[in-house]
Amino acid sequence: MLTTFLAAAIVAGTPLLYAILGEIISEKAGKLNLGVEGMMLLGAVFSFVTVLSTESATMAVIAALLAGAAGAFIFAFLTITMRANQVVTGLALTIFGTGISSFIGKDLMGLVVPENVKLTFKEFAIPYLSDIPVIGEAFFNQGILVYFGYITAILCGIYLYNTRPGLYLRAIGENNSASDASGLNITMYKYIHVMVGGALCGLAGAYLSLVYVPSWQENVTAGRGWIAVALVIFSKWNPYRAIIGAILFGGLDIIGFRLQKFDINISQYLIDMLPYAVTIFLLIITSIKKSKENSPPAELGSTYFREDR
Amino acid sequence: MYKIEKKGHVSKRENFKIRLTAIILALLTSALFIMLMDKNPLDVYLSMVDGAFGTEYRIRETLVKSIPLIVTSLGISLAFRMKFWNIGGEGQIIMGAFSATFVALTFPEMNSIILLSLMGLAGFVAGGLWGLIPAYFKARFKTNETIFTLMMNYIALKWITYLQYGPWKDPKALGFPKIPNFSVNAVLPNLFGIHSGWLIALILAVIVHIYIRRTKSGYEINVVGESENTARYAGINVKKVIMKTVFLSGAVCGITGMIQASAVNRTLSTKLSAGVGYTAIITAWLAGLSSPLIILVSILFAAMVQGGAFIQLAYQIPQSAAEILQSMILFFVLGSEFFIRFKITKIRK
Repeated sequence: MLTTFLAAAIVAGTPLLYAILGEIISEKAGKLNLGVEGMMLLGAVFSFVTVLSTESATMAVIAALLAGAAGAFIFAFLTITMRANQVVTGLALTIFGTGISSFIGKDLMGLVVPENVKLTFKEFAIPYLSDIPVIGEAFFNQGILVYFGYITAILCGIYLYNTRPGLYLRAIGENNSASDASGLNITMYKYIHVMVGGALCGLAGAYLSLVYVPSWQENVTAGRGWIAVALVIFSKWNPYRAIIGAILFGGLDIIGFRLQKFDINISQYLIDMLPYAVTIFLLIITSIKKSKENSPPAELGSTYFREDR
Repeated sequence: MYKIEKKGHVSKRENFKIRLTAIILALLTSALFIMLMDKNPLDVYLSMVDGAFGTEYRIRETLVKSIPLIVTSLGISLAFRMKFWNIGGEGQIIMGAFSATFVALTFPEMNSIILLSLMGLAGFVAGGLWGLIPAYFKARFKTNETIFTLMMNYIALKWITYLQYGPWKDPKALGFPKIPNFSVNAVLPNLFGIHSGWLIALILAVIVHIYIRRTKSGYEINVVGESENTARYAGINVKKVIMKTVFLSGAVCGITGMIQASAVNRTLSTKLSAGVGYTAIITAWLAGLSSPLIILVSILFAAMVQGGAFIQLAYQIPQSAAEILQSMILFFVLGSEFFIRFKITKIRK
């Protein structure tokens, strides 16, 4: 019982995990990209179109990565090169992604992911690890994209905390002008990381349309992109903590559905409020418990102009 | 070699020219997109104009669609001036509509003028309170308001869904999940062929304009928006200004909810706000948060939506194309602001 719930929570949390990781990378470069929802929808629709025409899981994943990165490029160009307001640009990107996905998706309604692709993403047990009681079955009998999610989180962690470029990246997020003065190409760093972040958000969307649903549904993200932005704060910009946040919220996402089985007399619609209410609760808690290690990159949301130094 | 420098003062005229160029470039880019669909962009644009302003009926429809945009943009502009990113217009509209509906359904027989005033007041207060919650936490703990207000939208929407499918379901609707219609007393009357929401919108625009430009409170908003530290040195109670302003921001959005519930839908439903809370963020920003321009930009945007619906029938172009066009315009205007703030000069090496 607990195992099946945990397994389902992990599945529901995987798109969140990718999106959180993407946003962490972007925010570490000082760029608060609120277009996560839009980039996820771009990834969802382009991967779905690709999977229908190529029947290839690999091509679909690549399409999602590219679509997310392309959306992030618009954001990067406007906020880095043109120095536009990050909040409004992110919102515009969300509207753009929503528009594009429902525009392309209007003819895809009701279509499903081909069987061979479904098989590629199907669960498989990892020997030995899946034999661990309770959690083994939940964590290690999953689809390839779930495993890849853990791996991505760990790679992000290693990159940020144990490599030189990761160190530079964090330095840029903390202090643009000092990093600039020390000779780092901060414009390039920002572009690359915003786009890598976008690619991961695109993958988050692909997970929803290819694995989670797996058919075309208008507005398939249903606000998960925004929850991911909030979970970045919960994760304290730490990729390892992102895993916990994603599973926790994956659990909240499915809890209403599970509770119905127990004949609990609460309206489904009220239970549906839970993820949003808990997100608010976490936001408040993290903002009250302000400490050095919890705080965002110092330059988050600011626009750098060298002559201002 | 090129060098980017900050510009000094930019005249209103030049500002306008830059923004106009951006919009034209956005239309040109979207034209490429329309050509990709094998349609003639000029024809499509012209029939959008025709669809929005071609007949008296269409003009009326366009104006009716612009009313919620104007009112919500005015509300959002108050918070945005303070750099409080209120993304919660949608939820504030919904909660405004919810409490106005509560009044309308409770006192269906009341005298129309009193009832409508009460509904307006209920919408104002409920929208304001829905905004006050994130504002309190922002002022007290610097809680991120962007995500907070956004989450409040989803909660408001689920709340209405709950009412519509549960306790407020109309028993006369034969099982169909809808909330009962208002009595005639609770419906805003028409004025010159359009529901009188337009008059409310105009009055609010004047009030907001005067409030921002001519009152001490309005001045405080601008100072807090420029720099919280400056405001604090000047002896302004920043927390109080934040809470008061965001309450007003949400309250004005709440009035949108009352207008839409009363005059357009004549009931409450989950589709009531239809994304106005988000579109208004664009219009408020494009208008540079200025009240008179908000009216102009909102009417143009409503025309785009109305024209978008028209070309959907005429050219089989889906409504979402209008959404793409909106975001294109926004992208270009956001980019163009670079040329308002900076100039590029050539330097010899």
